[in-house]
Amino acid sequence: MGLLSKKDAQLITDPLADNNPITIQVLGICSALAITAELKASIVMSIAVLFVLGVGNVVVSLMRNIIPSKIRIIVQLIVVATLVIIVDLVLKAFAYELSKTLSVFVGLIITNCIIMGRFEAFALANGPWKSFLDGIGNSFGYAVILIIVGFFRELLGSGTLLGIPVLGDPIEKTGVYAFGYENNGFMLLAPMALITVGIIIWVQRTRNTDLVED
Amino acid sequence: MALKDKLHDLKMKYAGTKMSPVFNAFHTFLYAPNETTHSGSHIRGADDLKRTMNTVIMALVPCLIFGMFNAGYQHHLATGEINSVTGGFFSAEFWSSSNFWVGFAKVLPLVIVSYVVGLAVEMFFAAKNGHEVEEGYLVTGMLVPLIVPIDIPLWMLSVAVIFGVVLGKEVFGGTGMNILNPALLIRAFLFFAYPTWMSGDKVWVHGAVERTNEIAAGSNADAISGETLLGYYAKFGQELKYKAADGITEITTTYGDRANELYSIWDMFYGFIPGSVGETSTLLILIGALFLIFSKIGSWRIMLSAALGALAMGLIFNFVVDSGWITESSKFYGLMSTTYWHHLIIGGFAFGAVYMATDPVTASQTNKGKWIYGFLIGFISILIRVFNPAYPEGVMLAILLMNVFAPTIDHYVVQGNVKRRMKRLKAKTA
Repeated sequence: MGLLSKKDAQLITDPLADNNPITIQVLGICSALAITAELKASIVMSIAVLFVLGVGNVVVSLMRNIIPSKIRIIVQLIVVATLVIIVDLVLKAFAYELSKTLSVFVGLIITNCIIMGRFEAFALANGPWKSFLDGIGNSFGYAVILIIVGFFRELLGSGTLLGIPVLGDPIEKTGVYAFGYENNGFMLLAPMALITVGIIIWVQRTRNTDLVED
Repeated sequence: MALKDKLHDLKMKYAGTKMSPVFNAFHTFLYAPNETTHSGSHIRGADDLKRTMNTVIMALVPCLIFGMFNAGYQHHLATGEINSVTGGFFSAEFWSSSNFWVGFAKVLPLVIVSYVVGLAVEMFFAAKNGHEVEEGYLVTGMLVPLIVPIDIPLWMLSVAVIFGVVLGKEVFGGTGMNILNPALLIRAFLFFAYPTWMSGDKVWVHGAVERTNEIAAGSNADAISGETLLGYYAKFGQELKYKAADGITEITTTYGDRANELYSIWDMFYGFIPGSVGETSTLLILIGALFLIFSKIGSWRIMLSAALGALAMGLIFNFVVDSGWITESSKFYGLMSTTYWHHLIIGGFAFGAVYMATDPVTASQTNKGKWIYGFLIGFISILIRVFNPAYPEGVMLAILLMNVFAPTIDHYVVQGNVKRRMKRLKAKTA
């Protein structure tokens, strides 16, 4: 990558795997469990977090030298809240049905630990460009897990992907349903999201044993 | 060359390779290994893990055989080919070879699938992690076919077994390390993943689902019903509520009478009722329980306290009904008004309390802890049974819940003991 130095590139690539916000830092679990029953919701949530974290990291980084450290959490909260309200209103205006599905979870991006975590750990100590890359990288790391979980939950739970039936029609008994296959209702329940994330963590740490904590 | 030598040769050939646990497992399963420990002190004990597991399987065999007869009996009864039993436990209507073969043909595939899939997973992990195949799955593999509906599709069973063994046992480190009972986890998975196959009034009798489909397709067949007593109580409660909402308040029959029209107390006790394959016969479960208690494999404390817990909850509910705090229009009335001790002989309570709750790995380890653990299992089972008609079998969820709490109970029992002894020591030295 000619555009980015090696260190800058790492800011984006590290959170994708070896420093993933969900599976390694264990941040932002709640939304990963709550909205991943459908792939579409996972993708929209990822984009929302991408926007909030990317822009938020830059804003906080720009203000980092003028924020009194005693009230920095409140300042950060105001930044997130502003961005989240923008996202929420945009969704309501242009994708009303989807914003219904996501319900309170868009608003709850404010409390998504990834965002506060990155503000605290990175944006307060680094310049805007690096903070921007860090925000993008972590959002992508979050998005990767959300999309994997959403993919499997929607595929196995409803037999669809992005709302399009891919396994046949369960009522007309076409496709794989003709062989007696049935959708797994358990995949649509929140416990199965937790188990799916658990399996991802398991696979990841088996492949890279450096990540295993004692 | 005898089979034993061949197996031994194979074992030697693969010794030290990835596949060695698989050959070791086959060898020790069929024959007593002739290797002995060469150094150090060792005690010769007859009750190793294999013996323990085999004892439980022996205790399960009566339930399995009975389940085969009962599957055929319920099927033939539902299709109207035979009449219901008349002559007590040894009725000729029940113990007929035609009943047995229908049940045998349905139950045997369940047993085979359960063992093949489960042991394949165990062997895979043993070969991968380089440890020996443990005997833990022998009992789980026998329990699983006994606690599922007879017509469950085999691929669903396979998926559930893989899920249960991998996430219930292997991720925690294999046999002896699991927090939850794997057999119950498998059932719980089926229950939440494929609810249409695990509850309702059609899944418990072989052929009932197809029969319903035929009727729906316009074929000329009589409708059959194979609902369990629990399902019956739960559903009837809802019908009553519906009627009360319609302004019909006159209710002429009580639940007890209606249940007696279906099955007598002795039918329930002997197990001539629809249900999961092995859970229906309280009589044979009691015999199995005695066997487990006298061979000192199962804990009588857990079994007894679970029964006491269920009776206590049943008495509380009966008291609520007798005091008139709940009316017949309530959807809980049906199961609440069931005579308290009937809870022990309907549904899977007896089976769960005897074979599942006593699993030595997931139960409490201390004696006092076992009393608390068992009592709460009984108590919560009946609570779930009554208050959640959508999940009529509460014992599964109750045992899984208490499995999670067993270590906590043990912790407080041990700490309590330590504190008491500290006090005694202080009193002595002061």
